[in-house]
Amino acid sequence: MEYLFQLEKQLKEMTSNDSSIAVSASKTNPNEVIITAPPSAVRTLAKILKEQKNYQWLMDIAGVHYPERELPLEVVYHFFNKDINRRVRLKVAHREGEKIPSLTPIYKAANWYEREAFDMMGILFEGHPDLTRILCHHQFVGHPLRKDYAATANQVLERPLEYQFPTAPKGSEIDDDPITNVKNTLNLGPSHPATHGTFRWFVELEGETITRARTEIGYLHRCFEKMAETHNYNQIIPYTDRLNYCSAPMNNDGFCRTVEKLFGIEVPPRAQYMRVVLNELSRIIDHLVCIGTTSVDMGALTTFWYCFRAREDTYTLFEELCGNRMLTSITRVGGMTGDLTDPWKKKCLAHVDFLQSTVDEVDALLSNNKIWRGRMRGTGVISKDMAIDYGFTGPCLRASGVELDLRRQEPYYDYQKFDFEVPTDNNGDNFARYSIRLREMRESCKIIRQALEKMPPGPTQVNNPLITLPPKKQVYSNIEALMNHFMLIIDGVKPPKGDIYSYTEAANGELGFYLVSDGTGKPHRLKVRPPCFAIYQSFEEVISGGLIADAVATLGQMNVIAGELDR
Amino acid sequence: MKTLSPLDDVPVFTTRIADFVNWSRKNSLWPLPFGTACCGIEFMAVVGSHYDVSRFGAEVVRFSPRQSDLLIVAGTITEKMAPVLKNIYEQMPDPKWVISMGVCASSGGFYRAYHTVQGIKSLIPVDVYVPGCPPAPESVISAIIKLQEKIFKGETPQQKLLERRRAAELSSRAANEA
Repeated sequence: MEYLFQLEKQLKEMTSNDSSIAVSASKTNPNEVIITAPPSAVRTLAKILKEQKNYQWLMDIAGVHYPERELPLEVVYHFFNKDINRRVRLKVAHREGEKIPSLTPIYKAANWYEREAFDMMGILFEGHPDLTRILCHHQFVGHPLRKDYAATANQVLERPLEYQFPTAPKGSEIDDDPITNVKNTLNLGPSHPATHGTFRWFVELEGETITRARTEIGYLHRCFEKMAETHNYNQIIPYTDRLNYCSAPMNNDGFCRTVEKLFGIEVPPRAQYMRVVLNELSRIIDHLVCIGTTSVDMGALTTFWYCFRAREDTYTLFEELCGNRMLTSITRVGGMTGDLTDPWKKKCLAHVDFLQSTVDEVDALLSNNKIWRGRMRGTGVISKDMAIDYGFTGPCLRASGVELDLRRQEPYYDYQKFDFEVPTDNNGDNFARYSIRLREMRESCKIIRQALEKMPPGPTQVNNPLITLPPKKQVYSNIEALMNHFMLIIDGVKPPKGDIYSYTEAANGELGFYLVSDGTGKPHRLKVRPPCFAIYQSFEEVISGGLIADAVATLGQMNVIAGELDR
Repeated sequence: MKTLSPLDDVPVFTTRIADFVNWSRKNSLWPLPFGTACCGIEFMAVVGSHYDVSRFGAEVVRFSPRQSDLLIVAGTITEKMAPVLKNIYEQMPDPKWVISMGVCASSGGFYRAYHTVQGIKSLIPVDVYVPGCPPAPESVISAIIKLQEKIFKGETPQQKLLERRRAAELSSRAANEA
């Protein structure tokens, strides 16, 4: 509270007592402060927050549409200060067509986030270098996340996008003279093995060196956020599986935690420990897939077999627990779908040993391999400042020397009780990212062992008839339970009115959900902050100046997952 | 293959040329995985060591459409991707087959949404559909076996088209000679 008054006072002083800026505390997060401001004050506020208050991360920009309000559009910015672990949510309501000053000169991360808000909501940003569509195709008309846009209104694309690099101004380093110019432009993807299926790059080459690059995303934009608005809360869980499909349980967990936080409930200890086990298992397989596929791209096919073998066994464990191998949908709002058994626990413990030995094997295969080291060392270097400016989180940030892990920073689910380390590396190159992942997998193995050992007994769902379904035995034997079951299935859970930004440490970094609830069974707006989006945004800058073959390694080690990037 | 029983000590058997061609086609499928989403990752599991699709003669995965004859569409196809998929299919040499892996490719799945193609049949012809979200690797292998049966019988539209073309060519040549 003290911090809030201090911040309010400082802001008032710096904006010469602007009465339209209001500061209030967040009801759902004690570390969060909410500021509402008019569009004209956005840039000043962002500058103050970044330069004087040390809010170095711009985590997310979300657009929200409230058709019934006088100011129907709202932009919501999320800022983060690591040193004092504070967050600021800046809300800017404005009229249709009113222009918001772009934050691109202050935060590099703002570039794609603003493009997305423009694409989805039609929010206009003044001073943005390239305000074009990012997720929808270039012939798309209208803004799909507006409330008046029907979820089923498909628009067919006739011809794929073609891109030409803008000609450079005279006197600049880039040479556009057709006689002396020896540059080629090349299109990679979207169907190209090295671009993992759905990414597309346009690169300008001089020999094999990339001079300019442009990335095009949105080839897997399957409308997660619109689907979320048309389904009940528990029906959204299967959609969240398909965000980062390499580590599905983590997305389930992140989403359910958001809704639970809005309800103000905490799941029972046993459910929490189950979630920890599943999260860490999926963190390991996510990292294994990342290293395995990168090694295929680098020509080391053997490692791929080793990685996928271990992943296959983990999937067998998941299958036993919930019925599906890959996309588990294993959490529910208020707990888990079921309980784990003692035989499963034993199998899991044995499997962790196997995972650990797989990690050792991968380590032995790659870490001292001359080719692998040659390809990974010193390529795709990302400095600490650049990583922060682009809003990096997760292993990629830790490889650039910033020790930020939400499990340590703001422990949830008893993570503070587990003994584990947060590995960091200062090199910021591909090899650093690779070795961080290896070390993290070992730490995850440690956490799983501890969690299985300390697993408390008890229920796995909260006992609240408004949130969780009654036991089947009661549904079939008494009318109250039957009605309760019926209403929960038809109407779904109804969190209270309000909005919340909740975050968990997923395999790639901070997975955030910004949820606006209007008190009904369906969300008014659900915005995902996928960790890859910020990371992949830096790709153009990172690969420029390097060899095209190194760009492939960089993409692999950034571990960009199309499902959560394009949603 | 309709073989006569080979003579015991002579390593020779007789067959029809068409059968022999179909037999070799069926056992040497060169798939192009058009993996866009979750199913793409699951297809890697099919190729991986545990399920090992090479047991069915379909492990030479090619990413160039010009070197492959089986297109496996694994994953959601969005409106943005649709022209690309069509383009890739058209670049493949005849005869070519398509497996639609997973519900997203087959029907749009539970993405009844503004940017998702509601089934790839509106773009390209499909030979075998595989249900599941994502399908278990066993189902994909079963789809490959189904396709192999179809190819061996020469029943796929692609093979029939080739046959018709051949027949037309022959008859026009005969007419010219006459």
